[in-house]
Parts: sequence; structure tokens; C-alpha cells
Amino acid sequence: MSANETAEPTRRDFLYIATGMAGVVAAASVAWPFIDQMRPDASTLALATVDVDVSSVEEGMSITAKWRGKPIFIRNRTAAEIEEAKEVPLTELKDPIARNANIPADAQATDIDRSAGEGKENWIVMVGSCTHLGCVPLGQSGDFGGWFCPCHGSHYDTAGRIRKGPAPENLAVPTFEFISDTTIRIG
Amino acid sequence: MSAGHSTYTPTSGLGRWVDARMPLPRLVHDSFVSFPIPRNLNYAYTFGGILSIMLVVQILTGVVLAMHYTASTLLAFDSVEKIMRDVNSGWLLRYLHSNGASMFFFAVFIHIFRGLYYGSYKAPRELLWILGCIIFLLMMAAGFMGYVLPWGQMSFWGATVITGFFTAIPLVGEWVQQLLLGGFAVDNPTLNRFFSLHYLIPFMIAGVVVLHIWALHVTGQTNPTGIEIKSKTDSLPFTPYATIKDALGMVVFLLLFAYFVFYLPNYLGHPDNYIVANPLKTPAHIVPEWYFLPFYAILRAITFNIGPIDSKLGGVLAMFGSIAVLFFVPWLDTSKVRSAVYRPWYKLFFWLFVVDAILLGWLGSRPAEPIYVVMAQIATLYYFGFFLVIMPVLGLIETPRRLPNSITEAVLAKNHGSAAAHPAGAAAAPETKA
Amino acid sequence: MKKILSGLAALCLGATMATAALSQEEAHHDEANPTHFPIHRPAEMDWSFAGPFGRYDKGQLQRGLKVYKEVCSACHSLRLVSFRTLEDLGYSDEQVRALAAEYEVTDGPNADGEMFTRAALPSDHFPSPYPNDEAAAASNNGAAPPDLSLMAKARTVERGFPRFVFDVFTQYQEGGPDYVHALLTGYGQTPPEGMDIPEGTHYNPYFIAAKSLAMPQPISDDQVTYDDGMPQTVDQYSRDVSAFLMWAAEPHLDERKMIGFRVIIFLLLFIGLVWMTKRKVWAGVAH
Repeated sequence: MSANETAEPTRRDFLYIATGMAGVVAAASVAWPFIDQMRPDASTLALATVDVDVSSVEEGMSITAKWRGKPIFIRNRTAAEIEEAKEVPLTELKDPIARNANIPADAQATDIDRSAGEGKENWIVMVGSCTHLGCVPLGQSGDFGGWFCPCHGSHYDTAGRIRKGPAPENLAVPTFEFISDTTIRIG
Repeated sequence: MSAGHSTYTPTSGLGRWVDARMPLPRLVHDSFVSFPIPRNLNYAYTFGGILSIMLVVQILTGVVLAMHYTASTLLAFDSVEKIMRDVNSGWLLRYLHSNGASMFFFAVFIHIFRGLYYGSYKAPRELLWILGCIIFLLMMAAGFMGYVLPWGQMSFWGATVITGFFTAIPLVGEWVQQLLLGGFAVDNPTLNRFFSLHYLIPFMIAGVVVLHIWALHVTGQTNPTGIEIKSKTDSLPFTPYATIKDALGMVVFLLLFAYFVFYLPNYLGHPDNYIVANPLKTPAHIVPEWYFLPFYAILRAITFNIGPIDSKLGGVLAMFGSIAVLFFVPWLDTSKVRSAVYRPWYKLFFWLFVVDAILLGWLGSRPAEPIYVVMAQIATLYYFGFFLVIMPVLGLIETPRRLPNSITEAVLAKNHGSAAAHPAGAAAAPETKA
Repeated sequence: MKKILSGLAALCLGATMATAALSQEEAHHDEANPTHFPIHRPAEMDWSFAGPFGRYDKGQLQRGLKVYKEVCSACHSLRLVSFRTLEDLGYSDEQVRALAAEYEVTDGPNADGEMFTRAALPSDHFPSPYPNDEAAAASNNGAAPPDLSLMAKARTVERGFPRFVFDVFTQYQEGGPDYVHALLTGYGQTPPEGMDIPEGTHYNPYFIAAKSLAMPQPISDDQVTYDDGMPQTVDQYSRDVSAFLMWAAEPHLDERKMIGFRVIIFLLLFIGLVWMTKRKVWAGVAH
């Protein structure tokens, strides 16, 4: 027996390595469910779409809806606000991308592409969560008359675009559509 | 853990640096690498390792389940069902945890029976045994409280019945029960404190396990002959010998565990626990988890008053007594010989005891009908008789078989045939193999 | 070996005692006044999801859903099951949306503080036919129809000794669907002579808790139209709805058995490797 063993060191080494490897594979596959369980679960992913009635939101008014646990700003902008936003040259923007989930990802942050689109330019729908670290910005305040995040001082303009402060991106526009003239479906 | 005879010599500069400041590598080396084990350990001795794995499995799965569980009477049941349905891999983690509890108890029963068979409780291992009994008690507390958390019918009524035990205590019983429940019945305060304690106890178990292993490494392991290690040829280093044998025991046990988790996940549970708790309706017949059944049978076997003790208190005392008696086993056994291998009569009574325990388990699941009550009474009598009469008396009157002089002698005698094939190889092996 | 043998011998002794006790129990039976329920043990059916390689039959689950929708859902809720999970039954996203939209759920409060009803969405759960348990009991002679989400795991007739030992090896886990099937097909029998059936209840020797239950026979032949040519009989309806309820109670069964097979195969190989390593390590060491 012992003679056998010294004659075949490769076989023994192979056995040890194979067993060790199998143990590592086992440990890794066992680890997965423990990580997997932390991801959003099926009920969270089945994002309930939210229908919001905006018939009572007059020009210059905003409402806040809740979607996926976050506030959604829906604002019926005044003509002055739209005009102000349109006049800003794109070169002056900190983030020139529209960040609008309803149009191509590389679309420019023009006022029309930030708003609900042709004919609905007065409507702007955004996730009300500062792109810096997630606080909820205050409406109609800050240096640009749009939104102002009190946590770390980010200023957004009337189209929700970042103009000043630490936030890197424009406020995100979620997937939404007008399912009637007065109802917006978010998600 | 076995200070005084350390053979650890750090080879690298970093190793020496750490060793001078916090000799954890030395502790690991002395406890799990160079630690001498008897060379004749069989697979019954791998259950300590298996139990460590199960404790880790229970803590890990429990911690992640707690991320999704809600301890509120309004939400507990649904949150468990959410784990089963919506949480990623949630069904797997929950089945691992619920079946893991059963496997944990299955392993601990074998571990305890092994201790009883080979006399592992005898001097100088009394504290080691008692620490084990404490772990067992803590496991029972954790298992019971864990079973309450899903807030099914059995959870609720199990909790009601078990906390009801305490009302049997004269004078202060009612007060103690209300203290445990945080109310007049099992309700939200009860569920919340059980969740808190269920989360705490496994870490207490882990602490006592450390003491248990510490005590083990002071006295060294017993072995099937019951003879202590006398010379170098009696022992082998823990690594690789015990390590690989324990590993084999563990993976075989994991196969059994996986079989239940994936193919019989609800076999060991009770269907009534898939019905949400209803404080106004008791299930037709209440049974605890299978691992409590023997003790439950003992509880129900006492249907008569004993002097001033009424049957209710008597049952509770008998049930707690059946666990308490384990603590005294080191002093109840009067035999000079440790292992049942050399005690023909003890061996017989031991196996009868195993059957008795299984029978009690089955009786615990039966409805309280006359025939079962009588059987439970006989089985209970044997349970206590084994510890209180057979153990002390048999030790005095039994003639043990001749003991070998050493572990090596026993091993060589057993391997007589194969030993001839490689003479002396066996005795020399431990040193030359390393 | 000797140890095992003596252990086995002792076990046999115990088993004999147990069997003796059981036959004693059987002898207690009095036809008109049964003390153990159900009176008859449910028959073991062939289920596609039984055994180590069992999988749900999607066609059967769809039929079962139809039976639930058209019959059971009139009284029984299915509150833990959400419409989105019906995709498991082989329905597309659009079909699930359409299915959900057949139901109305209460939502709210809206901006005016009023609750309102709307068509259900895939993320909603099956709504209950009654606003609360009390209403359910009041409309059903005081016996609220139980929720069916977990019915297939919550009702299992005790298997008894020695069947429960064999079940470990045969992997019998279908006590729930067997029971539901037996109950649904167990109506319409004449109670034994002298048996007293309480008013407002219906004799069913397969009912788990008594000789009769409040639910009348819920389904009869040709009540639900199948469009896949399966027989429209009470037996087939019962099989299909039992399978559907098993799915409702254990939606991840397919996945569980699939992963289980891989785990077992891996462990067997791993055991082989560890065993060979152990032999190498211990080779030449008498022990």
C-alpha cells in the first residue's frame, strides 16, 4: 500500500485538487441564493403602474404622486417657465442628455425632450429624487426658478435640468404616457 | 485551546509578528491541525463536525430570512408566504431553515446517543457533557420559538400549550405564564419577544459550543474502546485524518439534508401550520415538532396524581425531568468501564433505550387514547428506569469483557487479518505519513 | 454489524407493539358513530408533479384555474396568489392582463379620500368574494369558506405507521391534492344506517374533520366547458382543480425539483471524491 502511494504522487495530488475544487464550487453555488435573496423580489419588480388624474392641476400647479416608493413630480408649467427653459443654450447645461425614459437614451436635453412632448409641452413629469444623493428637491425655488435640493444645494431649472451644485444629472423622467387628456399612467 | 504543548512554529516573518501579538493561527493549528485524535474513531464521532455545520447553516439562513420576515401577528404568516413565493430563492432558504432545524436535532440525537453508548460523559468529561446538555436545552428553546414565528395554527397552539406548562407551577404559575406571554394569551407581544429570542439563542449556542470544544480539547476525545490515549501510536494528528473523515460525514449528511429540502420539504412539518393562526379555534389534535415528541409523550403519560402533585404538574415535572436527568448521567453511571463495547448488558439496555425513545416519539404523535397512554406510561417508566436504576445498578453488578491495554492493541486485534498484509506499517504510519 | 442487527431487532419489537396498538384502534370503529376522520382514506392519484422528476402539467393547471374561476371562486378566496404568477401556467403577459382585468379590486383612497374599485392588474392578488370573514360566514350558514391558497399543503390525511416510513423513500408528498380530489368526488354517498347527519351539512366520508361538512357538492358533470377535449366529469374537474391548488400552494415546485436533482448529483460526485481522498489519507493506517 505505502509503496503504491509513493509511486503515484500525481494521482493523489489530482484527487486532493479535484476534491478541493469541488468544495469551492459547492461553496460558491451555496453563496448565490444568499446574495440572490437581497435583490428586489417578484412583487416589487411587478411594478404596479400608477394612474394619476391631472384634471385639477392648473397651469402653474404641481402634484406629487408615488411610484416605486419614490415621489413623482407632475407639473403643469407656465408659459413663462417654458420660455425660460427653451432659451437656455445646450452648451450652458451641466448635463446635456435628456434623461427621459420615453425617448432614445442619447437625446439632447432640449426643453421639448424634457417635457411630455409635442402639444403637451406644459407638462413635465420627473422622479422627484435629486440625482446627487436622493433627497427630494423643493419646487419653484433655487437660482433658476425650478427645483432646489436643500440637502447639498443643487439647483435645477424649470425643465428639471441641473444647473448648479453637486448633482451630476438632470432629474430623471420616468416611463409615462397620457392615457387620456386628464390621466397620466406612470410605469 | 490546548495550551502548554503547542507545536506551532510560524515560518514567515508575518506569522511570527502575528503570533507575538494575537496567536490565533497558533490556536487554530493546535486545535484543528496538530491536535491528537484517537486513531480508532468511527463515523459516529463525525456528528460534532456535522452539528457545527448545521449551526452555521441555521444562523446564515436565519439571518437572511429575518431580512424578509415581519414579526407581527397581522403580517407574520403573509411575510413567510411572501418569502415562499416572491423573494428570490426564498423558498429554498426557508425550506433549508425549517428542515435544517430537523436535521440539527436528528444529528444532535445521534451525537447524544453516541455519548451514552461510549460513555463519553464519564470522568474527566463531566463538564463537557453538561455543556452539551446546555446546548441541547438552548436548541430546544430556539426550535420551539422558531416554530411559533410562521404564525400558523400549530405555531399558535404549540405556543399556547408550551407556555401553559408554567401554569402548573404552584402559586406563581399564572404570573410566570403572563410574564412569558406579555399578556393573557399568545399574541403580538409574545410573537415579538419570541422573534427576538429566536434570533439571540443561536449566538448563545455558538458561545456554549466554543466552551464545549474547549472542554473537549482539554480532555481529548473518547473513542470506541473508552481507553485514553497512552502513547503516540494511539493517536493521529487532527489534520488530515479527522478533517477528511469529518468532511466525508458532513457531505453524506448534507445529501440527506438536500433530499429532504428538495424532495420532502414538508414531510417533517405539520399541515396545520399552513393555516393562519386562529385564537378562537384549536386544531383537532396538537402535536409539536417531531423532535419534541418523546418529551411530549412523557408529559402526557402522567395522567394520575402522585401524592400532593396533581397530574398536570406531574406531567410537566416528568417532562422537564426527562431532560434534567441527562445532566446527572456522569454520576448515575457507576461502571468502571467507559465504553458499551465491553459492557454486554449495558449494550442491550442501551439499544432498548434507543427503541424506547423512538417509541415515545411515535406515541407523542398519537391522540391521547387509552392504549397509547398505557404504552406511553410503560415507555416513560423505562426511560427513567434506564437512567435512575439500570445505570447505577448495572455498573455495580455487571462483569465487563476484558479490556485491551491500549487503543493500538485494540486496533491491531481488530485488523488482525489486514494488519498481516503490511506488518508494523500501521503502528509507524502516523509519524511517517505526515 | 452486530450493533445494527440488534438495533433492528429492537426496532421490530417496537414496530410490532405499534401495529398491535393500531389494530386496536381500528377495532374501535363503529360504522354509524365514527371517531376517526376521514372515514375513508383518500385514494392515491397519479399526479404529473409527483416524484423526483415531477413537473406541473400546464394544460391541467389551466383547466384547474378555469374550474376555480367558474366554480370555487364564488365562495373561496385565493388571497396569496397574484395574477402575475399565472404566467407559470403558460399564459402570456397580455393573457394575464386580460385575465386580471376580469376581476375588480378595491383601491384607494383617491384624492377625495374615497375608496374606489378598478379592474385588477397583474400585480394584484385574487380578490376575495366576500369583504371580510364575518360576511363570508354570514352568507354561508356560519361556516366561512376557507381560503384556498395553501389548501393543498394545509390538508393532509395522517398517513399512519408504517406508511409514513415508506413515504420517505417513495417521496409521497401529494396528500393535499389527493385529499382535495377525494373530497370533491366523495359527495352523493348514502351515510351508513343510523348515522346522524346534522342539518345544513352534507355527508362526505372523505372530509378530514367530521362525517359531514357545510359545503354542498360544489361541482357536477359538464358544469365547466373544457376546450381541449378533456372529459367534463367531476373526477376530471377534481383532478385539475387539485393540481391547480397544489400549484397555488407550492408555485416553485418545478424549480425545486430541478435544482434538487442537480444538487443531489453534485453531492453524490462530491461524496465520491471526498471518499476517495479519505481512503488515500487513511491508507496504511490501521484504525
